[in-house]
Amino acid sequence: MIYFDKVSKIYPNTKALEDVTFTVESGEFVSIVGHSGAGKTTLLKMILAEDKPSSGEVFFDSLNIHKVGRKDIPKLRRRIGSVFQDFRLLPHKTAYENLAFTMAAAGRSDEEISSDAPHALEIVGLGNKFWSFPSELSGGERQRIAIARAIINQPDLLIADEPTGNLDPITASEIIDIFKKINEIGTTVILTTHNKKIIESLEGRVLTIEQGRIIRDDKDGRYVI
Amino acid sequence: MFWINTKRIFKFGIVNFWRNGLVSFASVLAMTVTLSVVGGLFLANNYMTSALNEVKSKVDISISFKVDTSLDNIDDLKEDLSFLPEVKEIIYSSRESELANFREKHKDNEILMQSLNEVGNPFGARLNILAVDPSQYDVITHFIENKTNPDLGGQQIVDQISYKKDVVDKLLRLIETSKKISFGISFVLALLAILVVFNTISLAIYTSREEISVMRLVGASNFYVKGPFVIEGVIAGILSSFISLAILYPATIWVRDLTAGVYGGVNLVSFYLDNFGKIFIILFLTGISLGLIASFWATRRYAKI
Repeated sequence: MIYFDKVSKIYPNTKALEDVTFTVESGEFVSIVGHSGAGKTTLLKMILAEDKPSSGEVFFDSLNIHKVGRKDIPKLRRRIGSVFQDFRLLPHKTAYENLAFTMAAAGRSDEEISSDAPHALEIVGLGNKFWSFPSELSGGERQRIAIARAIINQPDLLIADEPTGNLDPITASEIIDIFKKINEIGTTVILTTHNKKIIESLEGRVLTIEQGRIIRDDKDGRYVI
Repeated sequence: MFWINTKRIFKFGIVNFWRNGLVSFASVLAMTVTLSVVGGLFLANNYMTSALNEVKSKVDISISFKVDTSLDNIDDLKEDLSFLPEVKEIIYSSRESELANFREKHKDNEILMQSLNEVGNPFGARLNILAVDPSQYDVITHFIENKTNPDLGGQQIVDQISYKKDVVDKLLRLIETSKKISFGISFVLALLAILVVFNTISLAIYTSREEISVMRLVGASNFYVKGPFVIEGVIAGILSSFISLAILYPATIWVRDLTAGVYGGVNLVSFYLDNFGKIFIILFLTGISLGLIASFWATRRYAKI
């Protein structure tokens, strides 16, 4: 589904990615580990077409992401759900409104919004928090809204950039369980994290990135840096 | 999906415009000043042009004949002139009616009247010629000069040929200059209005940066992200054009009253009312264009997908 072909990204004075090549198959759950600044976020930005490689190519199925026209980038992004460490929720909108806003932006009808948004909140265990603002919720609850938002448009791929970075271990574990469930129903998941326990509990494929290079690609969920 | 998005874009645009309160007000103010000046200059220029046309229509060539010129000679010239395509109308005034006109005009001047009684009728007959177009007066004058030139076989019957070409030319130059100045002023004001609206929209984009970031993430189209800001600019343009139209009406009354003592007053009011549709379209389209230019510029710069 995702194919990085000898991708390098060079910023002035910094080499963020160097000759990165890997493939993520449809339905896989892949974790990417590495120190801060190793290039994990740059890698995800490439998938979201937020950044362009200095050399090499990135494919989403047969689509060369960085050859997609500006007009078609939104179509690509509609196939990807994203979750971030800082949640990126709209603070002056309630949980329900955050989801409704996302669905509206993706062009969903009012009927779909009123039927699907409550359902998505129930799936992530926030059935009783529809009308709560993010500031009234815990970190774990906010991240659940972010996950609900990421899956509401039924993406093919879910990317999560350090989603448990701001959470306590128990909440982090609960969040990872949600990702597992999402993956079980067929959505490909790419997760970046620092958390060794999470990697070990996932027992899945782990890509280790260091100074912009993929230094290890383990199928058995090891966290070795 | 297109109609759903369009509906939402309009809704968000109107809501944003309303929420931005004072900043939107600044945009409307800047655009209103610009459009009012544009409208005012348009009125002034058109008024001057119509005044010029009126003057042009009254300008004619006047041929004064020598006192002893026979009626036959005058008739011959009149006939020759009537074949010219440039000539619209020829009016004959006899020596007697010239004298009568003069007497009527100066009836209060006793000395002049007494002198006239002693001298008799010093006036020759006169032909007043109206051209199809004022620019053709030169052609007609040249024709008359040739016809009455003894060297070319004509008879020297003309005492004087006069016409008000200089007045027309001066008026024409005045209007041309005023049009250039008006265009310059309008252009500078339009630029200022665009800058103000640009800043307003940029500020709106800045305050909506979180929403824009989320919209980008979830794959909102370019049209969906930028549309509301463009609508904001267009609303400012439309509102300003209506306000300007409303301001221009009392302004024309004020100008009429102010100039009442000069040449019978500049009656812009009737001109404004007669040309309301035209003025409305000009201000409306100018307002929308200014709003569109400013908002496209701002979204292109700050609301990137």
